Amino acid sequence: MSVDSATVRRIAHLSRIAIEDSEVERLRGELNAILAFVETLSEVDVEGVEPLTSALPMQMKKRADVVTDGGIADEILANAPLREDHYFVVPKVIE
Amino acid sequence: MSDPTHLSLAEARDALKSKQLSAVELAQAHIDAIGKSRALNCFITETPEVALAQAQESDARIARGDARPLEGLPLGIKDLYCSKGVRTTAGSRILDDFTPTYESTVSANLLRDGAATLGKLNLDEFAMGSSNETSAFGPVVSPWRRAADPDSKIVPGGSSGGSSSAVAARLCLGATATDTGGSIRQPAAFTGTVGIKPTYGRCSRWGIVAFASSLDQAGPITRTVRDAAIMLRSMAGHDPKDTTSVDAPVPDYEAAVGTSVKGRRIGVPKEYRIDGMSAEIAALWDKGVAWLKDAGAEIVEISLPHTRYALPTYYIIAPAEASSNLARYDGVRYGCREQGRDISEMYEKTRAAGFGPEVRRRIMIGTYVLSAGYYDAYYVRAQKVRSLIKRDFDEAFASGVDAVLTPATPSTAFAQGEKGAADPVEMYLNDVFTVTVNMAGLPGVAVPGGLAANGLPLGLQLIGKAFDEETLFSLAAAIERAAPKIELPQPWWREG
Repeated sequence: MSVDSATVRRIAHLSRIAIEDSEVERLRGELNAILAFVETLSEVDVEGVEPLTSALPMQMKKRADVVTDGGIADEILANAPLREDHYFVVPKVIE
Repeated sequence: MSDPTHLSLAEARDALKSKQLSAVELAQAHIDAIGKSRALNCFITETPEVALAQAQESDARIARGDARPLEGLPLGIKDLYCSKGVRTTAGSRILDDFTPTYESTVSANLLRDGAATLGKLNLDEFAMGSSNETSAFGPVVSPWRRAADPDSKIVPGGSSGGSSSAVAARLCLGATATDTGGSIRQPAAFTGTVGIKPTYGRCSRWGIVAFASSLDQAGPITRTVRDAAIMLRSMAGHDPKDTTSVDAPVPDYEAAVGTSVKGRRIGVPKEYRIDGMSAEIAALWDKGVAWLKDAGAEIVEISLPHTRYALPTYYIIAPAEASSNLARYDGVRYGCREQGRDISEMYEKTRAAGFGPEVRRRIMIGTYVLSAGYYDAYYVRAQKVRSLIKRDFDEAFASGVDAVLTPATPSTAFAQGEKGAADPVEMYLNDVFTVTVNMAGLPGVAVPGGLAANGLPLGLQLIGKAFDEETLFSLAAAIERAAPKIELPQPWWREG
């Protein structure tokens, strides 16, 4: 499979990465090189094979459903590029 | 003492204990070395005042007979580990001057055990790279040079290139690193150092900037096998804050160094003899076999039939996980922000400005293979092939093999700009021997095997059973004893 320039633009938008028109051709070439490289997987017989979702067979550990942390709003906001009181500030979302 | 930066971590520990040396002297010697070695660009942030304050406390503890396991030993921290109160960048512009309000579990373990921290080490941006050339803070240079071409700047490998170069150049006794597809073992091999990626789950990932969560694992880079064993013992351990961290006791790895390897069965996988393998790498591998045989190990040929699919599988799974993990960099909670007309444009401009080209490329590939219509064809298929890669190892170990021996890399280090400029895949091929280990979640160690004809180091890799790092330390020490000692060039990189 290979991607065309419309697909490159769609992926960039899904990735929330702005791209210039002048970048599209170069990106298309790079992405297609990687997709060609992974294409070899289509020759593997995976019939009946379970997908591996955990590097080692282990039970997901669970803890009691209780509050273990909190009251650190100042710390959480300490690195925000824009904040007001205990809020992150973002551009207007709803017109 | 003449120059304490030439001590191994174990030797420095013993010199401090016997009071031949003070922790402040040891820290100062490393701070001076770092100050004279900026040409290597190993550190993004230096923290000499932190290291000296820690060293003073160490001297006080040693004086009152209350020394901890790593008391007063100066280390470097890969700038992917969050350090409380110290800027942490992940080698990216997007984090701007992000200063964590918390400490990663692994670095906290090192501090708990008395280590001193000299600063934050350079790396490929978000650990995505094999040469440390993708860092937003400039490439790291290796202290090694080609004999016939001393003016070319040699890469230290990646992504833990600041770690490997700093350890090789004696700017720290050891360094933390991380490994998602080879990022500990390949830089170690390129710089003549020792690097171990422990079993997935052995070290907590909490507080380490995430790249691909099912593959990422922390580990040390050091100058000797014993030093790696000492550091890993402190770094490893259960952490309730990481659900994939394993609740199992951490053995005394140092005790495994020097134990006999007699009767150990070592698998040599025929599929690693790849097309176009250089004669020099093949010869190195043969030497590794001979050294272990001489030490009493038994060599058996094994088959890992899905080896050739590991790298393509990795370049689906790792970008997929990265595209998800890196969604958090949105200009809202931390890092830089570019203005936009609306929130969507703000996201897109922030991420375009903040991420470098390699990271953008991997996020886009990851987004594509997870997108509707392609998820099954790419991502689910890759996860199935990953099962087959792991099964290959399971069957090899079930047949009675204790460890697997391979070359660590397909070549020696190369010069800046030599690889990957036209085709990103060319750079990816560096990880062809290491990436299988991350796929299967197994431990792997790179250990120096001598010098190539061009004067650059070569490394061997040992792969172990899950949670059997001890066997790797035992075998790696046997190789270390047998391999020719390699000597760093004169310190051309030092000023003054």
